[in-house]
Amino acid sequence: MEREEVTVTVNGVRHERMVEPRRLLCDFIREDLGLSGTHVGCEHGVCGMCTVLVDGRTARSCLMFAVQVDGASITTVEGLGTPSKMHPLQEAFREKHGLQCGFCTPAMLVTALELLDHDPNPSRDDIREAVSSNLCRCTGYQTIVDSIEYAATLMRGGAR
Amino acid sequence: MTSQPTGYRWIGQSMKRVEDPRLLTGRGQYVDDIGLPNMTHAAVLRSPHAHARIRSIDTSKAKAVPGVVLVMTGAEAAQQTGPLPCFASPPVAQYCIAVDRVRHVGEAVAAVVAESRYIAEDAADLIEVEYAPLPVVIDPEEATRSTGDAVLHPERGPSNVALQRTLTFGPVDEDFARADVVVRRKLRWPRSGAQPMETVGALASYDDATGKFSIHANTSMYNYVGWLMAMSLKVPAHKLNIIPAIAGGSFGSKLFTHKVPILAATLARACGRPVKYLEDRIDNIMSCDNHGSDRIYDLELALKKDGTMLSLRMKVIDDYGAYLQFGVGHHGNALAQLTGPYRIKSAQVSLTAVLTNKGQQGAYRGFGSEVNNFVVERMADAAAEAVAMDPVDIRRKNFIQPDQFPYKIPTGNLYDSGNYEAVLDKALEMADYHGWRRKQHEARQAGRYVGIGLVSCQERSVFSATEFWFWNHEPGFALTSSPDSVDVKIDPTGKAFVRLHAPFWGNSPETVATQILAEQLTMDPADITVTYSDTDSGLPGTGPGGSRYTVMIAGAIAGAAKELREKMFKVAAHLLEASESDLELRDGRVGVRGTDRGMSIGDIALQAHYFKLSLPPDVRSGLDARYTYDHPYTTLPNADRTDMGVFYPIMGHMCHIPIIEVDIETGQITFLKYVAVHDAGTVVNPMTLAGHIRGGTVQGIGSALYEHYYYDPSGQLLTANFADYLIPTLMEAPENIEVGHVVTPSPYTEYGIKGGGEGGRMGAPAALASAVEDALKPLGIKIDSLPIRPVLLREMIREAQQRRP
Repeated sequence: MEREEVTVTVNGVRHERMVEPRRLLCDFIREDLGLSGTHVGCEHGVCGMCTVLVDGRTARSCLMFAVQVDGASITTVEGLGTPSKMHPLQEAFREKHGLQCGFCTPAMLVTALELLDHDPNPSRDDIREAVSSNLCRCTGYQTIVDSIEYAATLMRGGAR
Repeated sequence: MTSQPTGYRWIGQSMKRVEDPRLLTGRGQYVDDIGLPNMTHAAVLRSPHAHARIRSIDTSKAKAVPGVVLVMTGAEAAQQTGPLPCFASPPVAQYCIAVDRVRHVGEAVAAVVAESRYIAEDAADLIEVEYAPLPVVIDPEEATRSTGDAVLHPERGPSNVALQRTLTFGPVDEDFARADVVVRRKLRWPRSGAQPMETVGALASYDDATGKFSIHANTSMYNYVGWLMAMSLKVPAHKLNIIPAIAGGSFGSKLFTHKVPILAATLARACGRPVKYLEDRIDNIMSCDNHGSDRIYDLELALKKDGTMLSLRMKVIDDYGAYLQFGVGHHGNALAQLTGPYRIKSAQVSLTAVLTNKGQQGAYRGFGSEVNNFVVERMADAAAEAVAMDPVDIRRKNFIQPDQFPYKIPTGNLYDSGNYEAVLDKALEMADYHGWRRKQHEARQAGRYVGIGLVSCQERSVFSATEFWFWNHEPGFALTSSPDSVDVKIDPTGKAFVRLHAPFWGNSPETVATQILAEQLTMDPADITVTYSDTDSGLPGTGPGGSRYTVMIAGAIAGAAKELREKMFKVAAHLLEASESDLELRDGRVGVRGTDRGMSIGDIALQAHYFKLSLPPDVRSGLDARYTYDHPYTTLPNADRTDMGVFYPIMGHMCHIPIIEVDIETGQITFLKYVAVHDAGTVVNPMTLAGHIRGGTVQGIGSALYEHYYYDPSGQLLTANFADYLIPTLMEAPENIEVGHVVTPSPYTEYGIKGGGEGGRMGAPAALASAVEDALKPLGIKIDSLPIRPVLLREMIREAQQRRP
């Protein structure tokens, strides 16, 4: 199959790749770029595991082709923090037990990042609305909402 | 005693999880994140028929696709690889790719290996299969009468009944004869499943120089029964190494999952390259081998007029689907707490396990006991109504009392300890139960349908092995062991290396092991690291499941720590020229009591590793210990099965009180409050235990209200994706599940810990049924069947309104 050139910036790093037009964005990110923090749960756009930010907006990477992000800027979980220097969102998820198996967590984190970028002081209802797009089978969601609420506090500079 | 034991430094602390930093930063290394040089990818062609003979398979077009490495049919695979492991007696033959006949929609018919998953899936579409359809059996009651071609496994006999047996415990007939009231209900528990966000996968390679397989897989029980995969692959057990990958959730459903690793290994051996196979979601829903219970119950509860429960009789048909990998272990499990928290003196269970054209049952959080809780609690509510008692009062009246433990229930299982009224009282207080009864009354007068559910359920923990076979007429491989092990090494710098022999599958094994070892050796948790063995290096390990792992590794770590302490004391006594009896371990130091003389663990470790000539002559170098901890209390069943022995004695308890409102125009259910009080004995980490309770509760809400593997009469699974199989989103979950703990330590386990991993899902379905029935009491609606989907609820409401306009 003929390949097309894709130029994309992921977590601030520019990549040029030749890809098949049918290649899914999630496979491109995970396999071609080696960023396996973005997970795949259903491949039909329901569960939200594969969520990444495309030009700052959440997108399901199993429902996009890699060629669609030519020229775009993408953020994945690897663009947040590292184990020794975690992003406040990651710190907050650890503090409030916002994860168990961790499989949905990267998607929850970038979804929360989009929310907090637009609204640094969201209500619990705003948080619930924002992350209701993503499934989590472990936590029952309550501590995910707690985590994002706490992250907002941390990011506003007022650790409690 | 009903309180958390005091005096511990780490037990009982909500320590932040040590697993989290790598999971939070995308470095989890789940099975699909692992790659090998020269790796290929597999896809599976699946049957569109529920039951059919395979007449012919033409793979020529698929083989011609550029990039295809191998195409394999079931017949070809069976030349290399035998039937899959099966724990039923007699076994039911299942293959990693179906041979000659398919028995459910989604069963594998052929596999393709290619340079990419894309090419493999393209090629799978080009395989041409000719099927000869056979009669389809979907209805469990009809399955009891199947004959001829409708029999799924004729080699096992001319029937789809896999097992029929009646067990009687105590004087059931006499108890029914002296009853004032007999309450009868017919209840239906529907087929649902764990559906973790990560599916099942394996990356297998075969080294023809050594004749050895290596398989990365998100399986559990690899150190318990992993060698059975070698038997299927027809190699000696030492020619197979299973390397665990962390699991993106299991909830039971990755208990063994042997089919996917065996398939990947079969393909890898045939093509000579590493093969990765990961189920996609539809594969997983149709064919993960881990559907949950699917039961029809006829129940009778014998009562005195005053509400005293005397005896429980149940007839149950359970639809196991097309195969029977774990036998009827789920019904063994249910016998652990058959009569709930109540002083019911006798019981009878008549089980008919049937085979049908559905995906087979496996494990899902509760393993059959969540269903038993549902029916016992439905019967308790029905009993309360029959004798005109409050649902709280009838429970209180029948509870086993704190001074009656250890308490032997009619089945022979023993409950170690408990204080059920304390749990009930705490839940009633947290929920403001009486206040809500008043509010409910006001709401009803305003035309609103508010319901208060209440259940008091058992939460058996720490499975042993006998439940898997004691129902069988011929027990088969009647194993009695279910150990877990740990090895602990302290290196010359004083750091501790803990190795677990069971995987991470979404729980917190590293955190729990760290807390317990830190407690045992008075170490700083930051000085402890935890890893996982593979089967090459594995010690006996049964692994998580049945809420057992925290209890079991606590026992194993305590055993290993004792050996380490003895060696450290011996070395320190020698070097400090002190008597061992004068030494104490405190804050990471072995010191002479009452003095400032002592050595740190690191000092002792350095001596133990490098200064042999300074050690007592009979002390060998190094500082390490391995310990295998057996199930703390299990006994054999008797020969005629009137007493199943003690097999699940570590008994937790819970009270769930959901308060809901039903919109009778739409059937929608809204949570007004949710209280869950649990007694899981001594709590190791309140934060992670609460996480299990909340997460399990929302799974239970899914089972109660939304989730259903729904097969139509032709055997098509109409809910084979996440648009149709409805997992609760944040919008369906209660905003605040208020969790309370009561602590009744177990007398049989280290620290008095009981398991709590399944608890939420073992109570919530029964609680929701109770709440919805309570809300609709003015309409006279009974909840006998789950899931209570809005559309079904609307139908019931419409019918009720027509009955009483």
